[in-house]
Amino acid sequence: MAKTLFEKIWEKHVVKTIEDGPSVLYIDKHFIHEVTSPQAFNGLNKRGIKVFRPQQVVATADHNVPTLNQHLPIKEELSRLQVEALKKNCAEHGIELYGLGHPFQGIVHVIGPELGITQPGMTIVCGDSHTSTHGAFGSIAFGIGTSEVEMVMATQCLMQSRPKLMRINVEGKLNDGVVSKDIVLYILSKISASGATGFAVEFAGSAIRSLSMEARMTICNMSIEMGARCGMIAPDVITFDYIKGRKFAPEGKEWEEKLAYWKTLYTDADAVFDKEVNINAADIEPMITYGTNPGMGVGVTGHVPSLTEIDEKEKPSFEKSLAYMGLQPGTGIKGQKVDYVFIGSCTNSRIEDLRMVASFVKGKRKASDVEVWIVPGSKQVEKQAIEEGIDKIFEEAGFQLRQPGCSACLGMNEDKIPAGKYCISTSNRNFEGRQGQNARTFLASPLTAALAAITGEVGDVREYWNKN
Amino acid sequence: MSKQINTINSTAVPLNMENVDTDQIIPARFLKATSRDGFGKNLFRDWRYEQDDESRPKKDFVLNNPTYKGSILVAAKNFGCGSSREHAAWAIKDAGFDVVVSSFFADIFKNNSLNNFLLPVTVSEGFLQKIFTAIEKDPATTLEVNLPGQFIRINSTGEQESFDINSYKKTCLLNGYDDIDYLLSMRTEIEQFENPVH
Ligand code: SF4
Repeated sequence: MAKTLFEKIWEKHVVKTIEDGPSVLYIDKHFIHEVTSPQAFNGLNKRGIKVFRPQQVVATADHNVPTLNQHLPIKEELSRLQVEALKKNCAEHGIELYGLGHPFQGIVHVIGPELGITQPGMTIVCGDSHTSTHGAFGSIAFGIGTSEVEMVMATQCLMQSRPKLMRINVEGKLNDGVVSKDIVLYILSKISASGATGFAVEFAGSAIRSLSMEARMTICNMSIEMGARCGMIAPDVITFDYIKGRKFAPEGKEWEEKLAYWKTLYTDADAVFDKEVNINAADIEPMITYGTNPGMGVGVTGHVPSLTEIDEKEKPSFEKSLAYMGLQPGTGIKGQKVDYVFIGSCTNSRIEDLRMVASFVKGKRKASDVEVWIVPGSKQVEKQAIEEGIDKIFEEAGFQLRQPGCSACLGMNEDKIPAGKYCISTSNRNFEGRQGQNARTFLASPLTAALAAITGEVGDVREYWNKN
Repeated sequence: MSKQINTINSTAVPLNMENVDTDQIIPARFLKATSRDGFGKNLFRDWRYEQDDESRPKKDFVLNNPTYKGSILVAAKNFGCGSSREHAAWAIKDAGFDVVVSSFFADIFKNNSLNNFLLPVTVSEGFLQKIFTAIEKDPATTLEVNLPGQFIRINSTGEQESFDINSYKKTCLLNGYDDIDYLLSMRTEIEQFENPVH
């Protein structure tokens, strides 16, 4: 029978299905970090049991860590205690920890792929909703809560009901200046922040296949913003080339065996989805959000919807959102002033993102009243940026290249956007207070963010593209 | 925290707002605890207080309005979207709620709630509006959430609607079982799955 990519992987991991209930799903890899794991470890300790398969768990410290002076003890006490708890718990349970100071430390969804831990055909979980990122390799990867973290630690399994299946096809050639972040923001603006809830989403089509692994990760990363259980892309030669030679990638005979299996991981021609969405790549403009959920986005030449365009029922949320953002219904988004630029987060903090920004800003200087933070996704990304001289380009532009972590994506450390200020951000969430209390977020691609850093306002990268 | 759910009869707190994300339910700066307790006091923190100041509650926020109380929270579409933080479910439960009603829940939030004996009840958009209207008319309106019978009723009007829950989860909630006990009892099967005998 014809099967989808999702079904092929799911079926291989079901230990047992409970009648009229969920399935017991076996988990290959479990990533953990300091914020959502302590209560899970406490639970195990209370039960007097150890982590069942510690060699399948990988830990890092990312959410709370400072992005300046990482060699010093963390100043903020509660953050320090969480990071210390992670260290202690990992030591007690025999879990590999890429903590602060380790050359592999970084945002959990950046380090898994770059170390070759994330591989096609796997089931991958983490107590973090952006685990969907790893689906870019053709794996089933999803975020879980802390009780589930405890379950996986205790048994390497989870109780899961099978989601419905959706395919989003993006066909055609992308316009100049349009990158993968724009694709996903565009999809979100079409199907809304709840448009894929209850579904596992496969991204397919020629525009998706043409993307690099890092660009694919950006798209799968934000599948959770549509409410999707997970996002995935069938692995192909781009995937295999990316994995080959990485630190934990299989080698020799094992590589050959795995590769043969990975090549079977695609959706069969006549497999059926519960829902299909078709997108024409040529319709996509550089995108920006104006509201307080990632579905509230428009092309940069577009405008904030006017009240007449909004459904009666949605008006209270819409008006609250615009009041928070300090924007009027119906106004154009281009030319909107920004105070901060944040380039980072598990969505866009990989080396390609940094290269993209560097090639755009080379020889230019930031606008005088804008503060620009560039936060690499991992120690390895940081190291490579320095090796390639990207750090110098940023320095000349007046940008701050900081140390790796989640940083202003969620403002759990000191990196907060002040109340009332506008930040153009390459992260994934523009929720109220996400980047700091009363901070206002515009989500955009690294290119659009780089442009705003130079001009101090929201602009259209295509105007610059055509000039150069 | 009650580790069992059966039938709940209570007044309800109406939060008629769509796309309520977990960053609103419990802002990130409160995620630094290493225990599960005490999150209730920071539930909807930034919607509740002016500039984080507990002596300055925002008057127009429903949780600050003494007219509305009870152990049922009624919210609009796409409740609990965003982050996977289970702290959101902990905060709602800790603040005294046993049920959240909405026309649509985010996936991870729903799982997290079920794992914490906080019952997410999904109703139709039409029925949700009826609930909001009934509460608006009379804040003393009570709702019956009947888990064994799988229905929810507006007691003042007698209108009711059934809701879905899989029978495994229902059994867990009625009896206070959690998934982890079940999974632990399966360890041998799991080991066999890891090393199939050919
Ligand atoms: S970078 Fe942001 S979205 Fe990604 S894991 Fe960190 S906090 Fe979550």
